[in-house]
Amino acid sequence: MLYRENGQFKTSYEADQQIFPILQDRIGIGLLLAFAIVGVPLLADEYLFRAILIPFLILALAAIGLNILVGYCGQISLGTGAFMAVGAYAAYNFLVRIDGMPMIAAILLGGVCATVVGVLFGIPSLRIKGLYLAVATLAAQFFCDWAFLRIKWFTNDSASGSVSVSNLSFLGVAIDTPVEKYLFCLGVVIVFALIAKNLVRSHIGREWMAIRDMDVAAAVIGIRPVYAKLTAFAVSSFMVGVAGALWGFIHLGAWEPAAFSIDRSFQLLFMIIIGGLGSIMGSFFGAAFIVVLPIFLNQALPALGSLFGLEISTALVSHTEFMIFGALIVFFLIVEPHGLARLWSIGKEKMRLWPFPH
Amino acid sequence: MGFFLETLIGGLMSGVLYSLVALGFVLIFKASGVFNFAQGAMVLFAALAMARFSEWFPELLKFDNKLLANLLAFAAALAVMVLVAWLIEKLVLGRLVNQEGITLLMATLGITYFLDGFGQTIFGSSIYKIDIGLPKDPLFLLDGVFQGGLLVNKEDLFAAGIAAALVVGLSIFFQYTGTGRALRAVADDHQAAQSIGIPLSRVWVIVWSVAGFTALVAGIIWGSKLGVQFSLSLLALKALPVVILGGLTSVPGAIIGGLILGVGEKLSEVFIGPHIGGGIEIWFGYVLVLFVLLVRPQGLFGEKIIDRV
Repeated sequence: MLYRENGQFKTSYEADQQIFPILQDRIGIGLLLAFAIVGVPLLADEYLFRAILIPFLILALAAIGLNILVGYCGQISLGTGAFMAVGAYAAYNFLVRIDGMPMIAAILLGGVCATVVGVLFGIPSLRIKGLYLAVATLAAQFFCDWAFLRIKWFTNDSASGSVSVSNLSFLGVAIDTPVEKYLFCLGVVIVFALIAKNLVRSHIGREWMAIRDMDVAAAVIGIRPVYAKLTAFAVSSFMVGVAGALWGFIHLGAWEPAAFSIDRSFQLLFMIIIGGLGSIMGSFFGAAFIVVLPIFLNQALPALGSLFGLEISTALVSHTEFMIFGALIVFFLIVEPHGLARLWSIGKEKMRLWPFPH
Repeated sequence: MGFFLETLIGGLMSGVLYSLVALGFVLIFKASGVFNFAQGAMVLFAALAMARFSEWFPELLKFDNKLLANLLAFAAALAVMVLVAWLIEKLVLGRLVNQEGITLLMATLGITYFLDGFGQTIFGSSIYKIDIGLPKDPLFLLDGVFQGGLLVNKEDLFAAGIAAALVVGLSIFFQYTGTGRALRAVADDHQAAQSIGIPLSRVWVIVWSVAGFTALVAGIIWGSKLGVQFSLSLLALKALPVVILGGLTSVPGAIIGGLILGVGEKLSEVFIGPHIGGGIEIWFGYVLVLFVLLVRPQGLFGEKIIDRV
């Protein structure tokens, strides 16, 4: 009754092709953004920012990047952690080695470096497909892990191998408090999510999807596989690289290569699978789910144990966390292989018909 | 020259062990089209079961005979792996029939997490020993040809022998038994196999059990060498390039790929590593595979991938 497009007539092509063609969607997104920008900083406390909101935003950005590659272009990548690491370390080097380099420029340049590396490791995708490609991208992961650990130049010759950044600022405004960090990340994520959303519904996005659905057929109708695949790798690793730089600069502050290990790659892959392949919205859902779940389990298990009068050791908690996490992943894949985004769109369809489903 | 040969032999030995893990991958991929990331977790789980059972049985049943304890533990661990295989088929794969490869891959990653957590919950998470009485003393070969001879670990020789026997046994099983024929039929074409009355789900349970068996053997050998600990589950990542190098669908490919990678890793670590900072073992295999795939996208022995519109 409330959510339907009846009576909203489009009188121009612009109106017909806008991102959210339904008025209620526009209002909803506007309210959500207003809440995220104004409401959340007023309501949330420091723990919420540090542990949940900032990681959620940054990983959502990385998930959007990965989703472009895996969900839209169909090229499975297990090297996301490596591209994040390239972004983070390149941004760090730009910031440290060049005097007066603004932070945002360093982060974007980090993204550019990740793009270069991403395209380089994307070249095999022209020959290799599917699971073979997935394993081939692991080469990027292990090579980058090794390079940032062993080649001292990348870490500015720091003795411990870990690097840190301080005194972050954006256009002259210092970014110290969790609220400022949150707002900065939010801004970046909004901009990139908009770019991604527009890219996937433009001609290049349609080329990616054609390649995903069947690359031989796409080539037959005149889509250049080289161009489509490499642009997908480029765009994807740019966003992932920016997310990596944010992860290092804003979330961690000081980090070592282990922050971008293969576990991170798997985590991001889980996000887009659970969220929904080929959906920008789904990337947010998946990121929220994967960020919140371990924290929730970590809090809930000891509480549950004390409820039954059991003392649960930390080792047992972490093992049980592993078990529940794995079981939930499998459960989700069985119940809804198309991810949370599918549930969302089913819900929307139901809303359109409600209260007269026939 | 002696040093080179020693490195080469060491590489071959570790290559055999990679092959064992890779074999599990290939078996499952051939029969069910699932890229089983959980193979490493299965190795860890099987090794943990074996190690703890061989401790528990003598205590529980009050006997003191190492051979008997090991045999009992082996049988019990094998039973556990068959149970795991059955549960995986019933609870996970049976419900994910006809899903895309990446969904199945993610499901096995979920299984990996579950098995890692579950194994350490019930069997404990410290370092355990498996002692099946492999001799530990080194052996010197060709004393007359090289100065000091070639140092070879007897343990490695035994391990290689066991692995070779396993491979031969599996080949016979696949070639000459009815079950083996059914497995090959399913590997060839699911639908055709089903249409002539081969029960898919039973075949999958069998193939996962066989993979569990190879995981157990690999776990025992690695475990008796290095101790049973969490890092065993990372073996999967070592064996992945082996599978891809040999080709996802080829059993001989897994063996030869394992040998090539084992040798390549050791030689590169010893002869190239020092020049560029060391520790290159971890990525050498992957980069090697990357270049091989550029020439042969289906791996060395894989079936040719043909695209049709």
